[in-house]
Amino acid sequence: MKPVISISDVSKVYNQGRDNRVYALDSINLEIHAGEFVSLLGPSGCGKSTLLRLIGDLITPSVGTVLVNDKSAAQARRDRDYGMVFQQATLYDWRTVSKNVQLPLEIMNYPRHKRQARVQDMLNLVQLESFGRHYPWQLSGGMQQRVAIARALSFEPSILLMDEPFGALDEMTRERMQMELLRIWEQTKNTVVFVTHSIPEAVFLSGRVAVMSARPGRIAGVIEIDLPRPRNFETREHPRFFEKITEVRECLRREEVTGSTT
Amino acid sequence: MSHVADRASPIEQELLPEVGAASRWGDRFRRYVPAIIVFILALVWWEAAVNVFHIEGFLLPKPSVIAATFVAELSVVFPAGLFTMREAVGGFVLGSLLGMVIALVTARWAGISEGMMPFAIAVNSTPIVALAPIMNQWFGITNPLGKMSIVAVIVFFPVMINTVKGLTQVDAGALELMRSYAATEFAVLFRVRIPNALPYVFSALKVASTLSVIGAIVSEYFGGSREALGVYISQQAALFHFAEAWAAIIIACLMGISFYAMLLLLERLIMPWHVSIRATEEE
Repeated sequence: MKPVISISDVSKVYNQGRDNRVYALDSINLEIHAGEFVSLLGPSGCGKSTLLRLIGDLITPSVGTVLVNDKSAAQARRDRDYGMVFQQATLYDWRTVSKNVQLPLEIMNYPRHKRQARVQDMLNLVQLESFGRHYPWQLSGGMQQRVAIARALSFEPSILLMDEPFGALDEMTRERMQMELLRIWEQTKNTVVFVTHSIPEAVFLSGRVAVMSARPGRIAGVIEIDLPRPRNFETREHPRFFEKITEVRECLRREEVTGSTT
Repeated sequence: MSHVADRASPIEQELLPEVGAASRWGDRFRRYVPAIIVFILALVWWEAAVNVFHIEGFLLPKPSVIAATFVAELSVVFPAGLFTMREAVGGFVLGSLLGMVIALVTARWAGISEGMMPFAIAVNSTPIVALAPIMNQWFGITNPLGKMSIVAVIVFFPVMINTVKGLTQVDAGALELMRSYAATEFAVLFRVRIPNALPYVFSALKVASTLSVIGAIVSEYFGGSREALGVYISQQAALFHFAEAWAAIIIACLMGISFYAMLLLLERLIMPWHVSIRATEEE
């Protein structure tokens, strides 16, 4: 099967040709298939966000190619293949919850009746149907992030790019949001690329975890998470869950050790 | 899985701000009580001080005398106030519209902004009323257009500077999202930049409304139509008719305050979502 996202020999250098240049990513190769849930995991500074932004064409690679559905990442962005969610919900303060979810649809010139139907569906999906007329500041952090997810999915993009979406939430809300995200993902069947620095989060959510190491950012290993789906609170207590966490942690540490000797 | 990922919990719902409609007016009134008390005390103290210290009436008239003069002179002072307000509002509209248009152009092309902003900021901190005698020469001393142009120049810079700020200081994430929607520049302007600029624009307009009244009156001190409030104040003061001058100042206050209040109202209508309004926001 052809991959949906195919990253070949991608490097990213900031401030190229100057003394203060930074090798953010070095020769990254990664293929992601349709409907997969893949996490990019690593310490801060490993370039995981940079890699996500390269896939989404928010920045361009210095070397190498990113192909998405057989197109360049730039073309995929213009074709509206990406829904994005960041660490901050980045809701537009001047718009109610409904209007926030509706914004991409306005820009993409959806007819009015279709917009309203989509907004309603999305609010149902994230279970905020009674909050459409609230303003963002009236919602808790977790609820705001659910609105951001609804907005990212409103125009039915095939790929969902998430950059530490639950990073600003407390542990309890975070675990609830992870369940919520899996429930949504099982309904929408998107391909998800999820950036995080939390090992349990990556293991709990993903089908595969790409473990990254820093300076320069590289993929140290890709670990299959073969825990059964649907996953739920019992998954977190499963011995296999802890084995996988250990496996990821050892992969991270191996990198640290070899990294420090070179 | 709904046993964990359930709807917004009752606790979350309870935490949402909610204000009972019945108590709102009571609360609002109670908030003004201290201010009303201070105002009354100040008047009483002023009246008493003039009596006790035998301050001459032509130096500082008693509030009671001013009030009586205000009523007696209302038929002169009120039209004068309207005349001056026309200059103030005319200049305000002219200057702020121009400020916003230039800001739109400036914010779009960063080069223009970098070239112009230092000068705009420099001019913004110079006393523009100093131009009043020159404008009087240009437009003729009784022509309201002269005063309007002074007001327009005074108002222009704060409005422009703030609008540029509001249009350009947009959250980076908000712009990245628009990029991910492949939004046109036009869409970014109307759906992100302009709404983002509104709070900045309104805080500038509120400052500008006060500045415009000051600008109009002060520029009338350098000469103007006999119907104008500034001319009336300076003439009455020259004749030691201080109660009349104070009566005119009261009109100037009232009109400046109403101007400001109208902008507040407009702000509330246009951006009911804004932070500064949240404290009293209903729903």
